[in-house]
Amino acid sequence: MSQTAIRLEGLGKAYAITHGVQSRLKYGSLRDSLANGVRRVFRGRGNEDDPAELFWALKDVSLEVARGEILGVIGRNGAGKSTLLKILSRITEPTEGLGEIHGRIGSLLEVGTGFHPELSGRENIFLNGTILGMRRAEVLRNFDAIVDFAEIEQFLDVPVKRYSSGMYVRLAFAVAVHLEPEILVVDEVLAVGDAEFQRKCLEKLRSIGGQGRTILLVSHNMAAIRAICTRGIVLSKGRIVAEGPVNAVADQYLAGALAGALAGALAGIGSDHSVETGRFVVDDISIRSLEGSVIKTFDPVEILVTMTAKTDVSDPGLAVAVLGADHHRLAGLDIKDFRTLQPMREGERATMGFRIEQFPFLPGAYYLEIRVGEMAEWSLELAGDPLRFDVVETPVYGGRRLTQSMHGTVALRARAIVSPEQ
Amino acid sequence: MATHQHPVVYLRPSGRFTRLNLRDLHEYRDLLYFLVWRDVKVRYKQTVLGAAWAILQPLLTMVAFSIFFGRLAKVPSDGIPYPVFAYAALLPWTLFAYSMTEAGNSLVGSQNLITKVYFPRLVIPIAAVLGGLVDFGVSFCVLIVLMFYYGITPTLAILTIPLFIVLAVATALSVGLWLCALNVRYRDVRYTIPFLTQFWLFLTPVAYSSSMVSPRWRAVYGLNPMAGVVEGFRWALLGKKETPGPMLAVSVVVVVTLLIGGLYYFRRLESTFADNV
Repeated sequence: MSQTAIRLEGLGKAYAITHGVQSRLKYGSLRDSLANGVRRVFRGRGNEDDPAELFWALKDVSLEVARGEILGVIGRNGAGKSTLLKILSRITEPTEGLGEIHGRIGSLLEVGTGFHPELSGRENIFLNGTILGMRRAEVLRNFDAIVDFAEIEQFLDVPVKRYSSGMYVRLAFAVAVHLEPEILVVDEVLAVGDAEFQRKCLEKLRSIGGQGRTILLVSHNMAAIRAICTRGIVLSKGRIVAEGPVNAVADQYLAGALAGALAGALAGIGSDHSVETGRFVVDDISIRSLEGSVIKTFDPVEILVTMTAKTDVSDPGLAVAVLGADHHRLAGLDIKDFRTLQPMREGERATMGFRIEQFPFLPGAYYLEIRVGEMAEWSLELAGDPLRFDVVETPVYGGRRLTQSMHGTVALRARAIVSPEQ
Repeated sequence: MATHQHPVVYLRPSGRFTRLNLRDLHEYRDLLYFLVWRDVKVRYKQTVLGAAWAILQPLLTMVAFSIFFGRLAKVPSDGIPYPVFAYAALLPWTLFAYSMTEAGNSLVGSQNLITKVYFPRLVIPIAAVLGGLVDFGVSFCVLIVLMFYYGITPTLAILTIPLFIVLAVATALSVGLWLCALNVRYRDVRYTIPFLTQFWLFLTPVAYSSSMVSPRWRAVYGLNPMAGVVEGFRWALLGKKETPGPMLAVSVVVVVTLLIGGLYYFRRLESTFADNV
């Protein structure tokens, strides 16, 4: 057998957008069709250009996924990720192109598809399992493992409508990960459940990958993608725009996404948007990682300020602070604590700043506040408004998406200790 | 899976040529089983009367028919006590009407499955149709009681009953396939089904006997396959003299044609269901 699990060539999927009355967008009515049919007969054939316009949800997608590879599919909403997965799982057909799937494919596009609230957990395991493509014997064989994984043993005979949402999701995911397909397609299902369950899911996916099975994972949780996947592709407007090792691709995507989202905020940083204070013209402010195009937790990070003195400054000063999303001050550095600076003449330009060996903040949005001034007069002035920057998602603690309400903002290098060791 | 080999699956736009590919269906027989089982289980779980519904519906209709058609209108019933005469016809009719309705609405009702998981879509209407058989089985017991009560001893013809059940189910499926596939495209179908069922009831010899139709037209009457099924039931169970031969033959031909057409139509549209439903 070949080592290829999936091969796609020029795959495309078009949807017709009908213009006109809203209600006709989705469902035609029989009357319309009959009316059109009659009209067509009278107008004669050949004049069949519908007012429908084609929208290509996916276009020219060519891709090869090797057996055992774990591929992350990255992209914004509407980039075509779900369409790609739907075509791969044979839910819908491509409009053009060709795809080859080598081996049994299992797809998990939604947690709990086909669960019936009136049926018990036990009954739903069988129902959901067969819906996902398992044979009854397979469900039976995996039954104990599923119940174990979902941790619902004592509620097995309770209708799932009485389950907590956590239990429901655990059960649904448990059934799906025990599918044992050669190729598993997973769409955004890791966003659910509590911390321990998410960790279990990530571990399970990783171990599935370790067994030589192929996984395609779509997630907005970049930390999970980085934690699990080996390779990544970025979809944008239905096309593959980047492909490569997952971290590089994720960095590239995030840098692009940030550039788009933060174009306004970053404009203040560009040299043509300089900020003036009483003593200085601040030409440039930058914060960047020495390890890539985006800032990640524990990266070495440099914050640099380039400024030109408007008058003679006998004792220049620079202070930078990192603020949280709510502009609460998280950390600050004053250059005076490190060294003495030379006086600056009028018109003299200098670049100064800090290198932070391990940037200690968790993924999220932060602000950089810069103050410059004449220390001889004890005056430091704000250089414009705080500038927004992002620490992008990386698997700091395993791969779960971290929330600031739970984890705060400071990143700790840590490992768990349990005694006696289990 | 070591048990079965998975060949390469090709993803490509479907051409004009449609294949039935019923082997696919065989692969998913466990799913079919669980879908039927789910429908039946949920129906009986959610209703207070549960299985009683299966009996009540034909039974009450039978009572109404007996009073209005049997007593008041004095509709001839071929020498069979009118209640049994009506009930024996209401059994397959209820099976057909219920199964066809369920099948017709089945695809639209399974929207969440169709847009999220792949499986041969044929499983859905087939499961819907088969779900009606359980009710049928329950209400069949009542018929046996009725036959005892009126002292009707069945002849050997009763052995042919499974054939007529199959024919009723096949009729429901063949119509249901067309309806459910159309329903995805045109939601008007949903409103058509109750009317269709009612209209069809008048065209079927449930309250009356097909012997009211002159023998010359009897075969033409068989164009309504349910006419063949209903008369077949009466013949097999109640020992009606006259075999529904020619009428039945026409009915079978009609059903087979409808069914094959329905299967092809369904398969043709199958690939668009997820996009349109």
